[in-house]
Amino acid sequence: MTEPVDWMIRANARAKGKRPDFLGDPDKERLLSMLMAVIGEVSVMRERMDTIERLLETRGTISRADIEGYRPDREAGYERAAMIREYIARIMRGPQQMMEAMQSDDKPVEELSQDLKDL
Amino acid sequence: MTHQFDVAPPYTAVALHGVSPQPSHDEAARFDFLANLNKYLSGTLGPGNKQAYDTRVLPGFVAEHGCEPRDRFEIRHAMNRDPHHRFWSALKRNSMEMRQQNGRAMVLRQIDELNAKARQYNEGRDTLELDPSVAVPRYQSAIDIHCMPGSYHGEEAPGDVSAGANYDCGIFATTAGGLGALSDGGGQALVKWARTERPGWQPQRILDIGCTVGHNIVPLALAFPDCEVIAIDTAAPSLRYAHARAQSLGATNIRFVQANAEDLSRWSDASFDWVQTTMFLHETSGTALPRIIREGYRVLKPGGLMLHLEQPQYSDAMPLYEQFIRDWDAFNNNEPFWSAMHALDLKTILKASGFAESDLFVTGVRAVVDTEIFPSAGDEKEEDHGRAAVWHAYGAWKGGRPE
Repeated sequence: MTEPVDWMIRANARAKGKRPDFLGDPDKERLLSMLMAVIGEVSVMRERMDTIERLLETRGTISRADIEGYRPDREAGYERAAMIREYIARIMRGPQQMMEAMQSDDKPVEELSQDLKDL
Repeated sequence: MTHQFDVAPPYTAVALHGVSPQPSHDEAARFDFLANLNKYLSGTLGPGNKQAYDTRVLPGFVAEHGCEPRDRFEIRHAMNRDPHHRFWSALKRNSMEMRQQNGRAMVLRQIDELNAKARQYNEGRDTLELDPSVAVPRYQSAIDIHCMPGSYHGEEAPGDVSAGANYDCGIFATTAGGLGALSDGGGQALVKWARTERPGWQPQRILDIGCTVGHNIVPLALAFPDCEVIAIDTAAPSLRYAHARAQSLGATNIRFVQANAEDLSRWSDASFDWVQTTMFLHETSGTALPRIIREGYRVLKPGGLMLHLEQPQYSDAMPLYEQFIRDWDAFNNNEPFWSAMHALDLKTILKASGFAESDLFVTGVRAVVDTEIFPSAGDEKEEDHGRAAVWHAYGAWKGGRPE
């Protein structure tokens, strides 16, 4: 009998190959990876809540096996994916706004404040 | 009801086969999140890369160097200093790493059950030939391809199939469902192409090189049930999984063989009607690729077909920015041969192996999926470069296409 695999730890195994430096700071890279994992887990909880709500709506009472066995139909599948999309969009407000800022050449507000004083 | 938003289908819509990992509710939800995150990163934040290039990276480059970038590498070095591109890349890399973690967590949780199921399909069958003397080539061992810990050949326990199972289940998340219920949209596309291109053709022997989990060869084997299919790969864990997967789907006419395609000497000259690779050549190397094509040519019968499905090759006609963005996976998702491979002139390599210019053709192929559930390839507003389910097929008929 071989040793059982500690799957919780082995699931996280590092892929061979030097990881690119994106943010210029290894601490930032690690924190982003943790934040992204939490963002993912919140999405998973929301989807689970949605499953529970849908099952309760149709059945009144449910078991954990019902949750595990739930298969959304086409319509429910779309609604849940749209819910995830909306959730991701809300989380990504900062990056989206940074992208939108590229399209304008806004002056610093301090400069604008000076301009308006004399307008 | 019409659906306003471009979203991914649910992971629960994938088809399960005999060795599929069984997802818990939350494991499926993790892939739902990632599939939609990938759509968001390519569709919504992705265009910011081009904006950053046009509005500040290119002008900055020209101001600094007095000329425009000469190649995709110069663009990459300049873009790697841009805050939007850096942050977008960091998010995308995390998405790839999470896909591996999520897939491995699901697979390794049930590794004993999966290995037991695989054994039931594999033991005593002569359609699985493993050969421990086949070494993992350096282009497979130097780095874990697409950030897949252990790559195609890693084992968590002796004789296990987890590498194959993890690769198979996560294709859904990476492509946001773009390859269909069995992630076999590429193989289905080959069937459709062959039936349209050469109606009535019944190939007797097909060789699939670099088959991994066999997802792209099973549709061909099922479409031509009288055909003898040989599918080879160097990675035993992937082959064990591939064989069990194919058997459970009824594709019993595939023989999975552990072999390196650089040396096909166990098969005689002119012994196959069709030699196929599907998204494989970019995972080889500069010397291996021409050897594989030479060997493929040798074993091909006169009038036989060689076909390679890949993302489009870079050419002078392709804008440098597009070449750069298509290169993202090469440098950020552990695909070290991707960039060089896509710059190769495959026509020249095919001719050097023995084909005549008039034997060669290039055609476009898009994934064939059940569009009731899965997105139709090419419908996305913003392509996820490198992962789009639309390929170029680089092909050749040995001695010309038979009438």
